[in-house]
Amino acid sequence: MTLFGHKAPLTAQFGLAIVAIDLLVAVFGPWLAPYGQSQSVGDTWGAPSAQMLLGADQIGRDMLTRLIYGARTTIGIAACTTILSFFIGITLGFTAAVGGAWADILLSRLVDIMLSIPQLILALIILGVFGSSIPVLIVTIAVLDSTRVFRLARALGKNLTVLEFVEVARMRGEGMWWVISKEILPNAMAPLVSEFGLRFCFNFLFVATLSFLGIGVQPPYADWGGMVRENAAAINFGLLAPLYPAIAIALLTVAVNLIVDWLLSIDARPSGAQAEM
Amino acid sequence: MSDDLVLHLEGLRIETIKGVVLVDNVDVTLKRGEILGLIGESGAGKSTIGLGAMAYARAGCRITGGTININGTELRASTAIQRRNFRGKSIAYIAQSAAASFNPAMTLMDQVCEAPVIHGVMTRPEAEAYALRLFRTLQLPNPDTFGARYPHEVSGGQLQRAMAAMAMSCRPDIIVLDEPTTALDVTTQIEVLALLRDLIREFGTAGLYITHDLAVVAQIANRIMVLRHGKMVEVGDARQVLEHPHTPYATALVNERREATHVPLINPPEGAPVVLSVTNVEAGYRTGMPAVKNVTVTIARGETLAVVGESGSGKSSLARVVAGLLPQWRGEVKLMGQTLAPSLAQRPRDVLRRLQMVHQMPDVALNPRQTLEEIIGRPVAFFFGRSGKTNKERVRELLRQVGLPQDFATRRPGQLSGGQKQRVCIARALAAEPDVIICDEPTSALDPLVAEEVLKLLRRLQDELGLAYMFITHDLGTVRRIAHRTAVMLKGEIIAQGATADIFSPPFHPYTEKLIASVPEMDTTWLDQVLAERAVA
Repeated sequence: MTLFGHKAPLTAQFGLAIVAIDLLVAVFGPWLAPYGQSQSVGDTWGAPSAQMLLGADQIGRDMLTRLIYGARTTIGIAACTTILSFFIGITLGFTAAVGGAWADILLSRLVDIMLSIPQLILALIILGVFGSSIPVLIVTIAVLDSTRVFRLARALGKNLTVLEFVEVARMRGEGMWWVISKEILPNAMAPLVSEFGLRFCFNFLFVATLSFLGIGVQPPYADWGGMVRENAAAINFGLLAPLYPAIAIALLTVAVNLIVDWLLSIDARPSGAQAEM
Repeated sequence: MSDDLVLHLEGLRIETIKGVVLVDNVDVTLKRGEILGLIGESGAGKSTIGLGAMAYARAGCRITGGTININGTELRASTAIQRRNFRGKSIAYIAQSAAASFNPAMTLMDQVCEAPVIHGVMTRPEAEAYALRLFRTLQLPNPDTFGARYPHEVSGGQLQRAMAAMAMSCRPDIIVLDEPTTALDVTTQIEVLALLRDLIREFGTAGLYITHDLAVVAQIANRIMVLRHGKMVEVGDARQVLEHPHTPYATALVNERREATHVPLINPPEGAPVVLSVTNVEAGYRTGMPAVKNVTVTIARGETLAVVGESGSGKSSLARVVAGLLPQWRGEVKLMGQTLAPSLAQRPRDVLRRLQMVHQMPDVALNPRQTLEEIIGRPVAFFFGRSGKTNKERVRELLRQVGLPQDFATRRPGQLSGGQKQRVCIARALAAEPDVIICDEPTSALDPLVAEEVLKLLRRLQDELGLAYMFITHDLGTVRRIAHRTAVMLKGEIIAQGATADIFSPPFHPYTEKLIASVPEMDTTWLDQVLAERAVA
């Protein structure tokens, strides 16, 4: 695969292959899975067999089926969260950069307050108060994550607003929306896309963490973090059960990072900034 | 090889990793105590050769052919460690931007003494003693304590001299000077130039002097090499190249530079109505010190007012006040008799349309992600509501007006040269059909021959459209070519104002005289004459 005339190195090709497989599994999961996700078909931690390629989980559900359904929930939630988080973060970040001193002070200090509280604790409180349904989970993680996106978007916006083509647009009397969408956003795309990959990883791990703690995705829905927790006890008996979802988490994280590394190596600088040097 | 020969480059060829040839078949010989001036426009390969003489290629480039011989040692055949021992010790480098070349966290003395101690040429006390001697030779203020300062505590001209001291600290045989005075004001440039020349003479160093300004090189070089597109165009004795160049390209460069001081001055148009008037304006930034003090200027229709001054004189701040980017504290700005709101946000759209600006750096004045059609078409749509086909027609008409081909409409700024980009900026300003265009150093980032074309374009447009220009510049040569009237600024105030012909003829204001006298002339004896005159005064 090539992007802007840059061929993907072997590592990035590996990453792309893993992500592609995970996405296919997430989209077509119900057609691929041999059983239903809450269907009990074997013994507790039953050994792998022709019927259950990876064995069974703690209550006899097919591990492979759970992994396939888990891809759907975990990746789906992480993707929704990251998209929402970028929408919030970029909008507010650019507003702070372009909208004048007061908007900047107000938004930046608000974000500082949120950043000063540990993310996990804040998530625990919010989910504890509102209950842990999937929409609440997505909005909560997105809002917490958007503070990081805000920081990046604001910094990029600040760097770009001082460039003269933005000054020209302002001298013409263009509104803030034009300045943000036509002058700043296209030039900030490269670093934002790279950051999107990284934040997707963090969000995906965060969902897994919350599920592991029991306040993320609720049973009987399968998700990788929750599966690790449910099967954790199997380790005591020398069984592989919790390692399958753990490996799925690790593989996807590594794969996304390999792709991001490649994107960063192409060009992560905001365009226009090159001319300043 | 004679003993005098310290540097010998033969058939030097430098390419980028993708195979684009930057420097092709260049030969340089340098004897002890001799200075060779490398002249050319940007992209001619001057700096690449300067670094190539140290057997160094920038990231993404590599030396693919030729020999690099310093004091009889072939550097290309040496190991990386051997080459490193040469750099700094036998051959040293002075960069254009001194501010970017110093470590802000180390004192100047530490940085000057670093190289001789690392190379084992001197012990630290010896190096310090030698540095003091260099500081004295370079006439730095309080040489005994100068070394204890940090880079941000000294001025730009002093920093440039400190870098010369750093380069000379190992007593190198060869010194590469890469545009060492380009970033300095003219009045500072003359001092630094004289000191660099004395330094090189006193220590018998050989030098490669890289510059785009023929008049500067005339003062310092024994021989001159003219470069274009990485190839040698002409090499010869300095006086011979300046007075009787053989090749057409060298002739064009020399003539362009000569004209700068000899163009006939243009007289202001008579009886034209005043378009822009600035009255008793005072403005500044948050610190409370005004950057512009009590300034009054007027510009008539079809007239160009040049605002001249050195960096920090407040000329750009004045432009920003007029543009509404820096609201004034006091005074008023009027456009066609109508008082303008101090801040951009309060000015009606029609006022914004009639007052346009062309910036110094065309690279950052154009959005790299938009096509020329979008860039030029936007003001057409924004101010006149023209869209679709009529918009495209207007864009093509504007491109034709600024002398660019029609099919450029679909290009992006990255696909254009510097001069073409500046033409696009002018087209974008014209698209608004303005009365006044503020030109903030529009030619100072361009090569001389390209800048000349842009000035011609501006003059032609003025004749055709009756535009008024407020032309901000530090270059007196440019003023002579474009301005009907001139205002000279110093420390935020206008100290002289009038028809350009009057400003440039006696009686002068003392500062104007100093400014005019500091512009180097293409005469190899000019620097000595100026220094002699100053000594008498």
